[in-house]
Amino acid sequence: MTKQRFRSFASALALGASLFATQALAKSDITIAMQLEPPHLDPTSAAAQAIDSVVYTNIFEGLTRFMGDGSVVPGLAESWEISEDGTVYTFKLRDGVTFHDGSTMDAEDVKFSLDRATAEDSANAQKALFAGIETVEVVDPLTVRVTLKEPNGNFLFNLAWGDAVIVAPESIENIKTNPVGTGAFTFADWVQGDSITLNRNPDYWGEQPALETATFKFISDPTAAFAAMMAEDVDVFDNFPAPENLPQFEADPRFQLLVGSTEGETILSTNNKQAPFDDILVRQALAHAIDRQAIIDGAMFGYGTPIGTHFAPHNPAYVDLTGDSAYDPEQAKALLAEAGFPDGFETTLHLPPPSYARRGGEIIAAQLSEVGITAEIINVEWAQWLESVFKGKEFGLTIVSHTEPMDIGIYARPDYYFQYDSTDFQALMNTLNSTTDPDERTRLLGEAQRLISTDYVNGYLFQLAKLGVAKAGVQGLWVNAPTAAIDLTAISWDE
Amino acid sequence: MSRNLILGAALSSLVLMAALMSFIWTPYDHAVLNIPAKLQPPNAQNWFGTDHFGRDMFSMIMVGARTSIAVALVAVGIGMTLGVPLGLTAAARKGSWLDEFIMRGNDLVFAFPSLVIAILITAVFGAGAINAIIAIGIFNIPVFARITRGAALSLWEREFILAARVSGKGAARISAEHILPNVANLLIVQGTIQFSLGILAEAGLSYVGLGAQPPTPSWGRMLADAQTMVSFAPHLALIPGLAIIMTVLGLNLLGDGLRDWLDPRIRVARA
Repeated sequence: MTKQRFRSFASALALGASLFATQALAKSDITIAMQLEPPHLDPTSAAAQAIDSVVYTNIFEGLTRFMGDGSVVPGLAESWEISEDGTVYTFKLRDGVTFHDGSTMDAEDVKFSLDRATAEDSANAQKALFAGIETVEVVDPLTVRVTLKEPNGNFLFNLAWGDAVIVAPESIENIKTNPVGTGAFTFADWVQGDSITLNRNPDYWGEQPALETATFKFISDPTAAFAAMMAEDVDVFDNFPAPENLPQFEADPRFQLLVGSTEGETILSTNNKQAPFDDILVRQALAHAIDRQAIIDGAMFGYGTPIGTHFAPHNPAYVDLTGDSAYDPEQAKALLAEAGFPDGFETTLHLPPPSYARRGGEIIAAQLSEVGITAEIINVEWAQWLESVFKGKEFGLTIVSHTEPMDIGIYARPDYYFQYDSTDFQALMNTLNSTTDPDERTRLLGEAQRLISTDYVNGYLFQLAKLGVAKAGVQGLWVNAPTAAIDLTAISWDE
Repeated sequence: MSRNLILGAALSSLVLMAALMSFIWTPYDHAVLNIPAKLQPPNAQNWFGTDHFGRDMFSMIMVGARTSIAVALVAVGIGMTLGVPLGLTAAARKGSWLDEFIMRGNDLVFAFPSLVIAILITAVFGAGAINAIIAIGIFNIPVFARITRGAALSLWEREFILAARVSGKGAARISAEHILPNVANLLIVQGTIQFSLGILAEAGLSYVGLGAQPPTPSWGRMLADAQTMVSFAPHLALIPGLAIIMTVLGLNLLGDGLRDWLDPRIRVARA
């Protein structure tokens, strides 16, 4: 090798190395796997959590927003004033915010979005959030006045939901396939059945995120999820579907584990209108027949916090009521005998696909059989579950995780699928909704938790854990899931 | 007797005995969960270890054998009771519209991929052992119909059948008294093979969640449950997997051995 050739060879090598180095430095793309694919991309017209996971704070923003710790902070509203009586909210909007199509975000868009959510024919999945709104007025292009029918201490929290994001009338028509929002990322591509890609929005009003592109990949099968993670095909798994595999990720230095809590109260939903569950003694017997810890250990491999009511344990207002329904099969048998079922009875147990339900259901069926209750296991797909259990109310028992934040209000809806009809509880919720004093709210929330716990409405099992797995270098991921969201703006790679 | 026959019979009867035994005795109750003792590897107390709920795998395999055998047996029964008469009828009326009708119907059923249709049937009518039996059974009908017809056709040409006809016996009686006993060997051999296919089909349906429902143990579902745990508890998948292999291998060897043993030509040659 001549000197010159050697030199060029060496410089080529150096060039290659430096190229490689800059590439490593500037890693700005990420692949995030999730289990379910969204049905479409409009968070304001469907309850599917997968939609929010992709679009919340990334594509669409609301007047307020959730942070990873569950706090509510200003979003598109820079600030707000609340009238003395708590019924008039005047929002000051951020200046210079544009939608991805270039149009300006102003008070008209806010009015449009809120009016759309409150309309008679609104397709919003959480209409209750907006039920208290009387009028939305445009004061000037950057000021919106919202008048409520009565004070609502939760209003700013309600506006942070993915169902309350601000959309534009110009782009509403194709929102399901081509979402246009104000967020730090723009929608780029959707390969049905495979992935959705988002790109950084160069015109974002806030701080530019570290990521340039993000790909959401849909992997429903737990075995495939494990393989994809191990092969490093994906960088992050938002909520890993197989808790049994977590110790392997924990032991592997290539990965980090982010175990947190979701807003998912996992419950043994009971059809309160179907005999024999219309008898409180039977429901109480059911509650005492269940060994929560065995379910957490057996179905979730230890991940999850026992709950005794429909409330998240990480919420300051949570009251630990697990004692009301402590595991006591003897007492359960006595209660069943008192209710007129000394030999137990037969019922159905509908189980949707997630492992907390399928595995938890097998455990619960075994526990119920110990006290004489025969629960026939019926495994169903989600579509079937929604049709026959959620809409049709044709079930005895079912296991499901209620992942909406602060959703104790569902117990005030007698037509909700578990059909709990208590005037006491409904009155309590009305009082709560018109109370703004934080201490009084905490007290009322405690009372509400106790009421459903001692009415044994459902079997309260555990708070679903959020089991995030990520490559070691990924930073800024939410550990908890105060709402379904994968906030890309905070994510970056460290060196 | 051939080595195949002995080995096949030994393996098959081992599984059969395990299944029968499970009615009166299993080491533990297969339905009792003991979660603190989950995922134990095979040891002195739990010979095959425990599963993810702490259930004894040995007991589950024994009871699972019962499920597999019951499903496969009834499915083969359905195939034989419906398929054999169809085959006999087709052969007796060879060339008639009835023959055409039966055999084209057979072709139609044959043309469908059986497991996919079984999935369809169980998906439409609900998952469960009964529907799995029906789904597997339906696909056994043409197998037996075809094999019966083929064998019966050559018999109809034989002199002893001619003699029976001359003596005034009708087609139905000839089929029952002369044809059927002479195709029985063939049916037993085919039955054994179909039986092993039935076991596989049941395991396949249970694997996708359409076979026997929990808490009834089933080898296929044990495999499905084991899927995410193979990397740290391989016995969960190995044991039901080996049980399926052993049973199917045993039945196939048995079928092979029986064919050799029952075939008069080979028997004569051996003598």
